[in-house]
Amino acid sequence: MAQATRAARPLVRGRAAIWVAGYAVLAVGTVLYLGPFIVQLANSVKTDADAAANPLALLPDPFSAHAWRRAFGLDTALDMPIGRWLGNSLFVTVSVTVGRLLVDSLIGYALARLRFAGRSAVNALVLAVLAVPGVVLLIPKFLVLKQLGIFDSYAGMILPLLCDAVGIMLLKTAFEQVPRELEEAARMDGAGVFTTYWRVVLPLVRPALITVAILSFQGSWNEFTHFLVATSDPAYETLNLGLARLAAGPLGGAQQFPLKLALATLSTIPVLIVYLLFQRHFIASQMNSGGKS
Amino acid sequence: MTETRTAPPAGGGAPSPRPARSGRLRPPRRRRPTGAEETRAGWLLSAPALLALLLFLVAPVLMALWVSFLDWNGQSNPFDGDQEFVGADNYRRLLAEDTLLHRDFMVSVRNTVYFVALNVPAVTALAFALALVVNQRILKGRGFFRTVFYFPSITSSVAVSIVFLFLFQGSGAVNGLLALAGVDGPNWFTDSRGVLHILMAALGLTEPGRTPEWAGGTLGGLPLWEWLSGPSVAMCAIIALTTWASSGTFMLFFLAGLQNIPASVYEAAMIDGASAWQRFRYVTLPLMRRSVTLVMTLALIASWQVFDQVYIMSQGSPAKTTLTPAYLSYARSFGDGQFGAGAAMAFVLFAIIVVLTVVQRWIGRERD
Repeated sequence: MAQATRAARPLVRGRAAIWVAGYAVLAVGTVLYLGPFIVQLANSVKTDADAAANPLALLPDPFSAHAWRRAFGLDTALDMPIGRWLGNSLFVTVSVTVGRLLVDSLIGYALARLRFAGRSAVNALVLAVLAVPGVVLLIPKFLVLKQLGIFDSYAGMILPLLCDAVGIMLLKTAFEQVPRELEEAARMDGAGVFTTYWRVVLPLVRPALITVAILSFQGSWNEFTHFLVATSDPAYETLNLGLARLAAGPLGGAQQFPLKLALATLSTIPVLIVYLLFQRHFIASQMNSGGKS
Repeated sequence: MTETRTAPPAGGGAPSPRPARSGRLRPPRRRRPTGAEETRAGWLLSAPALLALLLFLVAPVLMALWVSFLDWNGQSNPFDGDQEFVGADNYRRLLAEDTLLHRDFMVSVRNTVYFVALNVPAVTALAFALALVVNQRILKGRGFFRTVFYFPSITSSVAVSIVFLFLFQGSGAVNGLLALAGVDGPNWFTDSRGVLHILMAALGLTEPGRTPEWAGGTLGGLPLWEWLSGPSVAMCAIIALTTWASSGTFMLFFLAGLQNIPASVYEAAMIDGASAWQRFRYVTLPLMRRSVTLVMTLALIASWQVFDQVYIMSQGSPAKTTLTPAYLSYARSFGDGQFGAGAAMAFVLFAIIVVLTVVQRWIGRERD
């Protein structure tokens, strides 16, 4: 008995300490991680002068929608090509997402299920892609796009983003978990490889397809460096690229922060919505990639 | 896509029920695909992805390797043989000769070394702490906090860079908070003073604005005193952004590691009377060694690739103290039209990353 209480006492003390320290970290963390977004939102509805003078104030004084009006091109003084930016972002994002789903699932299925000569080499190549640091590819990508004649084109923006080793590996793993009997039954009935993949196996890996879709959406909506080197014509600017060029160029320094913050908010909202709806997928895929390597 | 249908049916057999999704009826063929058939199908299904990889990854790297041996300005076709083949000149000018390019590169390496020294330990510790807290069963609302902490990681780097530019203005929110604590905050993005220089001067070790005699030499084309600057005040703001924005991802990596530790290990430690601290120190920490190595390696690799933040926030200024190798390579190529030099720099950067990764993996390897 005496022994048990001696063992229990530090335990209880440990629990209380964990509880206090835990909530302290959570409280400070929430301010640190959510604070910048709240400050961003608050300052996007301030006048330029108010945002400069009172950046910390969470309530605008006076409330001003002028930054948002300008962001949407309702202010003629500054012609913001917001429609084109949003259109380009949407078109490129949807194309990349659809393309990746198809391309990734085809090769993922082949790597998971077909015993073909050269499979291990293909697998090794895909894994090697994961290890290539992306920033090293800026100049190389520019070279190849110029050479292929697709610099400053939607093809040049979309096609290179179809290299997606993460998605391939994710789908490969999902295909490996489908019971083989289902495919065998389909094959017995005379279904070819492609029919089996399309009609039988693909519908069964729907959760993995959703994960790849939302990761592609988030990745290509936020994509910056590839579009920076793949285009120079403003007609191809996405919201993110247009905003980056604006902030690094004509609207550099401390100019018109409410406008820049409003545009940054606009580029964050779609990702926020997708994240809140599908956060399970984001978090699970991230934790898997961390757990395995 | 039709090749599987051309194979002759291998025997009849009784018709078996077809999968529900397929509407039409076809004569049943009971067979397993042959090896050759699977090989053909395998390559066919892999073809689109492989084509993309070859065209937009393998080929570009080879082309850039070729260009790194040329004196090419980015205008004409680099493969028509008209460009001057300069061999390893770009590399020599970058690494060995006392050129502006060499000095800029060394400055960017100096900046990155300090970036790594601050960012890697900070983001590892922060992410670990967040994961430990979010993993505590006795705390309520863990899912909500996990969502909050991970959100910056999936937000556009452009958007968060603009937000941090606003927060770190001279009269911005960060300085406003510092003022509440009685600290007169610096003018972050125009302050090129190195933090170590400031610290040494504050401790009375050196005179402000003067190079001490013992630091008079040069190393790799850069004065020794410049190597000892520490990160500039401006760079500290960029490091803060990077640490903040990447900690959520690494938190999830640690969380995966923590959840792999069986509860029985903790129960055994509790029965032995281990305190919370002892459980952390002697159970959690040793078992998390692999996760720590992984996170530190990934943070190290990411630190050498910093680009977006610099493009938007500082373009390398003030006084080149936020210049990073990736940004320098981009600016040399696309800004100054020196694609040969830029490509050479990209390959050197690649080599640095590979070597550092191998070294860090070796240091963090499992030891018995």
